[in-house]
Amino acid sequence: MIAAALSTVTLAVLLVGLGLALVQARRWRAGRAAAVDLWAGLAALPGRYLVDVHAVVGRKPFNARFHALSAGGFLAALALLVLLALPPLRHPILWGLLAVALATMLAGGLMVGYRRRVLRPPELSGGRFSRLPLALTGFAAAFLLVAADQSAGGVLPVPVGLALVALGGWGLAELVFGVWKGPLKHAVHGALHLVAHPRPARFHDGAGRDSGLRPLELAAGDADSAPLGAGRVLDFAWNRLLGFDACVQCGRCESACPAFAAGLPLNPKALIQDLVASLDEGDDGRAYAGHRHPGHPAGAGASGPSLPLVGPRAAIHPDTLWSCTTCRACVQECPMMIEHVDAVIDLRRYQTLELGATPVKAAAVLEELRATDNPGGRDLARRLDWAVDLRLPVLADGGACDVLLWLGDGAYDLRNQRSLRALVLLLRRAGVDFAVLGADELDCGDVARRLGDEATFQDLARRNVALLNGRTFQRIVTADPHAFHCLRNEYPAFGGRWTVLHHTALLLELVRSGALPVTAPLARAVAYHDPCYLGRYNGETEAPRALLDAIGAERREMARSGLRSRCCGGGGGAPLTDVVGERRIPDQRMDDARASGAPTLAVACPTCTLMLEGVVEPRPAVAEIAELVLAATEPTP
Amino acid sequence: MVDVAILLSVGRHPVSGRARRAPTDARALEMALGLPAVRRTALHAGDPASPALRDYLGMGLDRLTVLAMAHGCDPVEPLAAHLRSLSPGIVLTGNRAEGGEDSGMLPYRVAHTLGVAIVPDVVAITVEAGGGAAEVVQALARGQRRALRVALPFVATIHPAAPSARPSAFGPARRGRIDSVPVEAPPDAFLAACAARPWRDRPKRLTVGAPGSGGALDRLRAATEAKAGQGRLLVGPSPDEAALAIYECLQEQGVLPR
Ligand code: SF4
Ligand code: SF4
Repeated sequence: MIAAALSTVTLAVLLVGLGLALVQARRWRAGRAAAVDLWAGLAALPGRYLVDVHAVVGRKPFNARFHALSAGGFLAALALLVLLALPPLRHPILWGLLAVALATMLAGGLMVGYRRRVLRPPELSGGRFSRLPLALTGFAAAFLLVAADQSAGGVLPVPVGLALVALGGWGLAELVFGVWKGPLKHAVHGALHLVAHPRPARFHDGAGRDSGLRPLELAAGDADSAPLGAGRVLDFAWNRLLGFDACVQCGRCESACPAFAAGLPLNPKALIQDLVASLDEGDDGRAYAGHRHPGHPAGAGASGPSLPLVGPRAAIHPDTLWSCTTCRACVQECPMMIEHVDAVIDLRRYQTLELGATPVKAAAVLEELRATDNPGGRDLARRLDWAVDLRLPVLADGGACDVLLWLGDGAYDLRNQRSLRALVLLLRRAGVDFAVLGADELDCGDVARRLGDEATFQDLARRNVALLNGRTFQRIVTADPHAFHCLRNEYPAFGGRWTVLHHTALLLELVRSGALPVTAPLARAVAYHDPCYLGRYNGETEAPRALLDAIGAERREMARSGLRSRCCGGGGGAPLTDVVGERRIPDQRMDDARASGAPTLAVACPTCTLMLEGVVEPRPAVAEIAELVLAATEPTP
Repeated sequence: MVDVAILLSVGRHPVSGRARRAPTDARALEMALGLPAVRRTALHAGDPASPALRDYLGMGLDRLTVLAMAHGCDPVEPLAAHLRSLSPGIVLTGNRAEGGEDSGMLPYRVAHTLGVAIVPDVVAITVEAGGGAAEVVQALARGQRRALRVALPFVATIHPAAPSARPSAFGPARRGRIDSVPVEAPPDAFLAACAARPWRDRPKRLTVGAPGSGGALDRLRAATEAKAGQGRLLVGPSPDEAALAIYECLQEQGVLPR
């Protein structure tokens, strides 16, 4: 009797849940088509979940534990409950197993309750999520009693048993119907997102990292072709929409976002939720119970599947969109493997390519870039002006050298010319056979691409690839991580495949091989700031550290470092879009450096150099790594 | 409601020499897009295949009419003839093109041929309710402004201080249509007789500090320091005046492009 009631309730709830999930699926199936290998994704699902997702979740060990307990117990309990629906299988042993699974889940549920009720991390969303611990513990405890009773032969009076089934059924319904809009949505959508992920190469079964933006198809140009980028939510590919829908509002992205921390009007979690709310007609986003974009109240704009996404009166305010530095800290932290930066770029592409709604200063830079092939509107023939006395060898078309030095836009900037000069002197000191492109080098197009101007980026990429392919060299070395990322990860799509090194890797090689003997070890404390485009975009966190160690620096780690480094605020064209916040991102990064106590902050990117050196004194001195290496390898007379 | 025609030329970037939308013509188009127009006709005289014309379409123009003519021809007659057939209320164009003779004479000659008034260096236009006249704000030297009331039809040239042009977007730029109308144009004998060579700034003579003290720092100071008594004194200027004076000063110093 009680067993039958239990089975009926369980199966009914699961069936309704399945129906709800299917209705949900129709929302994101309305997005654009995407090439997805579903079978490969399905086969890879368990591995991606157990390795990649848990690597992220496990950064907070407490969360990993309660997650394993409650989710593991819940899944096991569901499987056993379905088995127990068959009367011949209702054996005390199976009931006992069910009791163990539910006890596990109960332990997890209690931990969830402790986190949500006692610890209360500020980045967590409330609303429907607040009922999660109740549902978890209610379901687990009530069904646990029933299971224990059944395995003991059924001693409870029937009304008590039925009451427990009802209570557990409510908990289960709360959990399963959660696939609709509540906390448990992530179970179904998260799994499907892992299957149909738009960047399968980012998982351990692929390359392990996949950070290059996808080229936008620009060839078709008739009036009826689909718009460029995403103007409405349905302009996103369906698996992107699925990804947004998988967000559990855990707020890890929010805690990592440098823009949010500085009080700029951007919260990546709220951004994803804005996109989710836009999927439903008439959802004004008021059900969202987490932090908003700083300074922007909830429900300020109209949203819906066919309405424009970005605008002062739309779901996403332009200031929110243009605050993002594309630092990927959110992507790095997201346990649901959501690709926030791709979403931001898709939105920006529409704004720039279809509407011309790029912020004024950024638009002016793009116009100069189109007319002169560099964002400052300078004469390309003057890229080497700073180095007249160095007489840099210029690699002409058809020429050959060992190392091709890509100078980048830093060559036009007084401060960064100093670091480039240090690098050139080091290459000379080590006897490296190198050359530069001189007036032929065009901007790599990084800033255009991050601002959504894919047309200008592709034009620059194609011409750079052509001119590089016309020359012979072993590898390209650059001091600019943005150029490094473009050349290494984004130019292959345009036919450019070379070995590209960041200068820190080459300098490390030269110091290690003895070509650059360390004569004057630094012997002072140095904190190292990881550039986003070197660390998170390329996984290169070791070479700069090893290099600092090799020149005798007493290295200190800042509060956020390595793959979890805090952005300097200079990426993604953010200095051009110039959205104001409560503080400046570089000031906050400098606070991290101050707290480390090191008198010197080592940087490895021209943009970081400018952003961090722009922080008012007193502050640690900012030095490009090449400058430190130059001082430490001064030949002794 | 007015009928507006905009004359758009192909500009030249001062550094790279690459063809682009001409800055003041783009401002003229921006102004036209802001006017309550019943019809906007954008006209270019020259090569319909010039890619720079797409920059104007990218600002939100559906179509651009090109009076197709060979390079080195005088566009005044064909433009005037075409405008006569349209008889627009307002003709807008930049106050000076980039390339060609750069004399800024074309709007005057077009207005003269059409027999209508010309208002140079305009920064704002408000069309009166009846549509028979417009309030026009003209930029004068040193940031002064003059308000005029002008009866339609007229030709207005747009000053660089007019509101800046919206960015050109790639999508609309490639979707926009270019209608090519072949025209007969007389060769421009004057232009043919001109010799063009790259413009070079005259090297500025640095005033070197007092003899004997000639360190690098002194030379830098001498070259950058403002001498007392130089410049212009504004007493109690309005914020706008002050900002404009600073802007012009920066332009004079070569810090900002002109
Ligand atoms: S986007 Fe990812 S990290 Fe951010 S709240 Fe959602 S699930 Fe958490
Ligand atoms: S990329 Fe960086 S700035 Fe942009 S939303 Fe993510 S964390 Fe914030």
